[in-house]
Amino acid sequence: MKSVVVRFPGSNCDEDMYYALKDLGLAPEFISAQSDASLDEYDAIFLPGGFSYGDYLRTGAIARFSPIMAAVQTAAAQGKIVVGICNGFQILTESGLLPGQLMMNEVPGFICDETELVINQKTSAFTNAYTAEQILVPVAHADGRYYADAETLQRLEDQNQIVFKYAENLNGSENRIAGITNEQGNVLGMMPHPERAVETLLGNTDGQNFFKSILATVAAQGVN
Amino acid sequence: MYLAKIKVTYKPSVLDPQGEVIKSALHRLDYETVEQVVQGKYFEVKLTASDLEDAKQLIESMAEALLINQNTETYDYTVEEVEG
Repeated sequence: MKSVVVRFPGSNCDEDMYYALKDLGLAPEFISAQSDASLDEYDAIFLPGGFSYGDYLRTGAIARFSPIMAAVQTAAAQGKIVVGICNGFQILTESGLLPGQLMMNEVPGFICDETELVINQKTSAFTNAYTAEQILVPVAHADGRYYADAETLQRLEDQNQIVFKYAENLNGSENRIAGITNEQGNVLGMMPHPERAVETLLGNTDGQNFFKSILATVAAQGVN
Repeated sequence: MYLAKIKVTYKPSVLDPQGEVIKSALHRLDYETVEQVVQGKYFEVKLTASDLEDAKQLIESMAEALLINQNTETYDYTVEEVEG
């Protein structure tokens, strides 16, 4: 399998993401958000955390007009794995690939912590390798409060699109939502950072199975 | 040349944490009669358009395409002809 990390101006978790993908066998490359190349050769596309385009106007609002986003839309429509972590999640909601919006935390301020996540969907493309009910994952955001209208929230629940919930609602998200997929289940956005929890040396490896799940999903699709 | 003044605010159902913080700061300054604060965004956009109707259409289109997120925000604007 081959994966790719999209670098936006202002991305700052791109190296961490690349490191985790490489370490766990997802064979990553980097691509610039300014590129209008196709993403056909990749099985999985990762939009990393950071402050793309300074998060001017709204988080992710400018990044979604990056040239690369046309190819990301195409890949998502083809059923390829598309993952947005933190700012990547904000870009996916702004671009309409995921419903809802990430808003300022309920109590304004940057949260930098580790938090327990409940794995709400165990068979998703992103969680199938987990046996644990809950995992500990770093969070680092000021605009992480998931918001969607009541109808959308109901649809997310009914269609099993809520993959991760906060065990404790640290930012005021609706329904304790930490991560969701699209209806097809191939596009995921989440605020917490599994790529920062892959090294024994750093004391937390709960993120490893996130990447192993994706690896298993791509292998099952029979793509290489 | 036309000048549009566009105000963006959260829909009433959406929590505005900054507005809440500003309200409590005003209370600490003894403005105890303050009941609500809503913080929004304000844009001034100068543009050329063939006439006023065209300018309005352009402004509404750009507001909905970029200036607001329709999940949570709503907007209001005025537009007038100005000297370029």
